[in-house]
Amino acid sequence: MLKQTPLNATHRELGAKMVDFGGWDMPVHYGSQIEEHHAVRAGCGLFDVSHMLPLDIRGENVRAFLRRLVANDVDKLQTPGKALYACMLNEAGGVIDDLIIYFMDESWFRLVVNAGTADKDVAWMEKMNAEWGMNLTLAPRRDLAMVAIQGPKAAEVLNHALPGVDSLTGTLKPFNAAAMGEMFVARTGYTGEDGFEVMILAKAAPMFWRALMEAGGQPIGLGARDTLRLEAGMNLYGQDMDETTNPLESGLAWTVDLKTARDFVGRKALETSEVTKQLVGLVLVDRGVLRSHQKVRTKHGEGEITSGTFSPTMQQSIALARIPLGIAPGEDVDVEIRDKILRAKVVKYPFVRNGKILIA
Amino acid sequence: MSIPTDLKYTPSHEWVRVEADGTLTVGITHHAQDLLGDMVFIENPAVGRVLNKGEECAVVESVKAASDVYAPVAGEVVAANGDVESSPESVNQDAYAAWMFKLKPTDAGMVAELLDAAAYEKLVASEAH
Repeated sequence: MLKQTPLNATHRELGAKMVDFGGWDMPVHYGSQIEEHHAVRAGCGLFDVSHMLPLDIRGENVRAFLRRLVANDVDKLQTPGKALYACMLNEAGGVIDDLIIYFMDESWFRLVVNAGTADKDVAWMEKMNAEWGMNLTLAPRRDLAMVAIQGPKAAEVLNHALPGVDSLTGTLKPFNAAAMGEMFVARTGYTGEDGFEVMILAKAAPMFWRALMEAGGQPIGLGARDTLRLEAGMNLYGQDMDETTNPLESGLAWTVDLKTARDFVGRKALETSEVTKQLVGLVLVDRGVLRSHQKVRTKHGEGEITSGTFSPTMQQSIALARIPLGIAPGEDVDVEIRDKILRAKVVKYPFVRNGKILIA
Repeated sequence: MSIPTDLKYTPSHEWVRVEADGTLTVGITHHAQDLLGDMVFIENPAVGRVLNKGEECAVVESVKAASDVYAPVAGEVVAANGDVESSPESVNQDAYAAWMFKLKPTDAGMVAELLDAAAYEKLVASEAH
């Protein structure tokens, strides 16, 4: 029996093509994933992301707990509402999950974790909570729905759907959040456009979604969600990194903070391991589509595509790939696609941000 | 969408129209494009190529996956549709109007072995479960 979000009936009413997404019954598109992709970059798209899990951590030692739990430093969060993107590592330095942490006050931090790893994450955090004697309360918020509103017109759509919310959104800076009762608005997203991720009580979700549609938001499925995030150069857990890869070979060194003597799970492994691979962007020069697991041949050895797709904005195939060190942007590599060897160019990513192609 | 009754079909979801001059026009069905999703590339066989029945002769690539297209009967490729190669999305818009290539069949009688609309409809219904 597949899990359902509070918007399941709404998606079906809208004619969505539903698929099994990691045990969840989710919309992959509502007609055309390419058209939905363009709609986000040009206007405003709505995404049901209720399968992800908000997790409230409360107590006296939350900050100390999180400083030890994740590879980024939550001491960067001093202003209430400020958010941090971080990786949670195991003792070997492998990535358990990537997540966003919102600092609300010294006794309350909210985390948002991936759907497929939610159970694993909560179990791990409870274990650490107990082992470190932190005495915190971890509250998974399955009573909340989450809707992402993304695109240049996102603020306009949200303000029209919820009159008065502009008192919140008007001054909300990127990577900051604000709470209004049980409604939680974060200026974050997974598309490389301006936008918000809003958490509301589950039962309010269908009406909220319809209000957003009336205000001009277009429903967007998981197919377009993937092409948007890949264009924006954002990692997908389970594809671009997992428990067998560390952040330094996953393009996530920028999320690892070693500046202070802060001890965190996996630090020693990161500091003593030898990094031999890097995550790079690829653009396919020829016609074709780069896809996960395709072999990459470089002058320094073999690599692998971690995520690939056809970019609707660039009208070319793009990918993230894990390849040996020593190959720089501008150089060519070979990719094995269905018995053919095709040429791809190594590029620095992101590929697209705020509707603009960044790759020459 | 109803399955056109003036066409013939293969179990691998190609459709075939017999033209007045005996050539066959070939495309992929509405059901096929629905399964694959938004098309991004179409690669037709070269004109002049001689195909065996069931031979892989073209590729349709969608955002989701690449899929081979098979020759419905043995024959020679006499035309390939450049429009569908430059606008692959036309296959999603109207699969029966977006033809891919034309064949001169080696044996005109082999067309009778293809599925008619009713048989193809049954096949699609059975694959749904």
